[in-house]
Amino acid sequence: MMFRIDRDVLAEAVAWTARSLPARPSVPVLAGMRLEVTDDQRLKLSGFDYEVSAEVTLDLQTGEPGVVLVSGKLLAEITRALPAQPVDLVVEGSKAVVTCGSARFTLLTMPVEDYPSLPSMPPAAGRVGSDMFASAVAQVAVATGKDDTLPMLTGVRMEIEGDTVTLAATDRYRLAVRELKWQPEPSDFQAIAMIPGRTLAETAKALGGTGAEVEIALSSVGGTGEGMIGFSSSGRRTTTRLLDPEFPKYRSLLPTEFSAHADLSTASFVEAVKRVALVAERNTPVRLAFHGGEVVLEAGSGDEAQAVEALPVEFDGDEINIAFNHQYLLEGLGAIDSDVARLHFTTSTKPAILTGGKPVDDGAVEDYRYLIMPIRLSS
Amino acid sequence: MSRKQIIIGGVGDEAGRRADRGGGGAADDSGCPILHVDMDAFYASVELLDRPELKGTPVIVGAPGARGVVLSATYEARRFGVHSAMAMTRARRLCPVATVIPPRHGRYAEVSRGIREIFEAITPLVEPIASDEAFLDVGGARRRLGPPALIARMIREQVAERHGITCSVGVASSKFVAKLASRACKPDGLLVVPADQVVEFLHPLPVGALWGVGERTEQALVRLGIRTVGDLARVPVATLQREFGAVGAHLAELAWGRDDRPVVADAPDKNIGGEETFPHDVDDPETIRRELLRLSERVAARLRAGGHVGRTVSVKLRRSDFTTITRSRTLREATDVAKEIYDTARALYEAAGLERVRLRLVGVRVENLRPAATATRQLSLGERETGWREAELAVDRATRRFGPEAVRPASLVRPPSGAMGP
Repeated sequence: MMFRIDRDVLAEAVAWTARSLPARPSVPVLAGMRLEVTDDQRLKLSGFDYEVSAEVTLDLQTGEPGVVLVSGKLLAEITRALPAQPVDLVVEGSKAVVTCGSARFTLLTMPVEDYPSLPSMPPAAGRVGSDMFASAVAQVAVATGKDDTLPMLTGVRMEIEGDTVTLAATDRYRLAVRELKWQPEPSDFQAIAMIPGRTLAETAKALGGTGAEVEIALSSVGGTGEGMIGFSSSGRRTTTRLLDPEFPKYRSLLPTEFSAHADLSTASFVEAVKRVALVAERNTPVRLAFHGGEVVLEAGSGDEAQAVEALPVEFDGDEINIAFNHQYLLEGLGAIDSDVARLHFTTSTKPAILTGGKPVDDGAVEDYRYLIMPIRLSS
Repeated sequence: MSRKQIIIGGVGDEAGRRADRGGGGAADDSGCPILHVDMDAFYASVELLDRPELKGTPVIVGAPGARGVVLSATYEARRFGVHSAMAMTRARRLCPVATVIPPRHGRYAEVSRGIREIFEAITPLVEPIASDEAFLDVGGARRRLGPPALIARMIREQVAERHGITCSVGVASSKFVAKLASRACKPDGLLVVPADQVVEFLHPLPVGALWGVGERTEQALVRLGIRTVGDLARVPVATLQREFGAVGAHLAELAWGRDDRPVVADAPDKNIGGEETFPHDVDDPETIRRELLRLSERVAARLRAGGHVGRTVSVKLRRSDFTTITRSRTLREATDVAKEIYDTARALYEAAGLERVRLRLVGVRVENLRPAATATRQLSLGERETGWREAELAVDRATRRFGPEAVRPASLVRPPSGAMGP
């Protein structure tokens, strides 16, 4: 087996594939990246850790068919460091020799026959713009739980109802919901899937930025078995195993009636929260007092350091004092993707909803909602 | 009988001589504002007040059952090798003639409060370490009451006069030297370690005498050929840091008598806990979980009564061979709710890998305390507005009116094995 390829093309493809390689492989071969030159002059690079698979297909000018397995991490480091010249890879016995300009690397190969075969792509379900998909996933993934002992909360729920995809995630303290349009095949396609949040966020980000479309493929629709979801775009495909589709009945938890709402400049709100939060320890609140045309932000208490700052606000409704975990508030403000942040309230112990400067209650379908549970103060 | 009769034998005589030397005004106490006052065999001494016929005989305070532990012993009993925290069965083997008296904590607390009053009349800077031990910083009382050695003598006289028990006082420039001094002059002694003689005083002592050097550290030091504090002082700091990390630097400071920890007045409760020794070693996880629940309920009630919340829950599990493990977890938010404490304690027990191992004792403790008034609670989605905390507050109100066992978790209504007896 041998091939010749442009350095930048190879480096990018290797880096993308290496992303899915396990940091601590359960069996040694899983640390490998599989390189295959097919009979029709294509190079396939793949990685797999039994949960997530990734494969890139590139066109070749020069190549002899064959397959080889080498250390993915080492290959990624080497290709990243190579000079900008064509790269040759030639398999010689049990070694793979990489030559680029005057640099030459000899890599040990791993037993390719021991390498598991990658899962095949599930049946296609529809297509969506990669940039829109990446930003929607990022908006929702921010609310996933980080505690792996509660797997149900580490996932992003994807609900497909014809041309509407709803993404939702919660860690019990906040809930992010985003709706987006896509092109399903068939047009009445319906499914529910729980996708591991971290994998989905990385995948969506890695496929975004190209302007191309992402094809989403789904198996075991709505079932309880070993479901799988696949994403493919511009010669790249990745699959991941689905989680148990169990998820809180979140729609009933989203309040629909509010007693007040406040509009603030997102940028100045973020700045002010960051400033007063300097005196707040992790998981401690920033207190917001909405009064007239002003909101007073406060953090710190008792004999600790304290901070206070006031901001102008367009407020409508019953005045309210409410407290939030500052990190949750900042993550929500970072996700709304709007110059104006609108906070909707009921009471200081009921969920508040953050949206991007548009009303929630005018009947229109809201793109993005970030629900945030307040912190109850003891007094 | 005079109180001096409690001191018998060489230890007491030697301490008495030292006490004369220290208390007689010869030693320079000018740089020594820190006092460590330690009651001598406190529980046992209090018992002797009420049972004077036992004076001069070996007396052990502790639950007399086969599972009891020595809480205190008179010096007569100590000469047989009995010491506190020893299993009662072993203590009895060592000293079969000893009188064993079950503890009366209420009585000790009463005497302890009286002694505390003596301290507080001298200085507001009183840091109690236990019911029978405290540090005092008398630097500010010099003008009013005289030099530290004189104040120390005064304390010893007042404790003896008002409460009929003896104490030993170490006078030094720092807390840890004062503590070592009181230990060195025990019982019924007074020892001043002048600021310029700290090194001479410290260096002959075994390393294990240093505050913070436990059994493990001592073994490690002895393996390195370091037996006395003097040996330790001569080891380069860099070597100690390599062997013991940050503790190493601290050890080097202590070996030269450097310790700038201040006396902190009225340190609030840093933790609240409870533990229970089973009448028989227990390997049934259900029984152990039930005991953890009972302890969690008790700890939570004490937290709420004291107006505290705490963030760290720890469990203590002692195997039948006395090896003990402690596991702790810091919660997201401080709590005073038994359900949350129990859930954490239970998870720690289950993660400790000691299910099906025979346990002698379990304990539950909440640390990292702060005032409940500053506590906040992150609400979670779909949570009910009134939760466990409200239920437990209702239980508190019920037990105030109807007694401590009025309302209990259903699983504790059947008496736990601790109450069933053999």
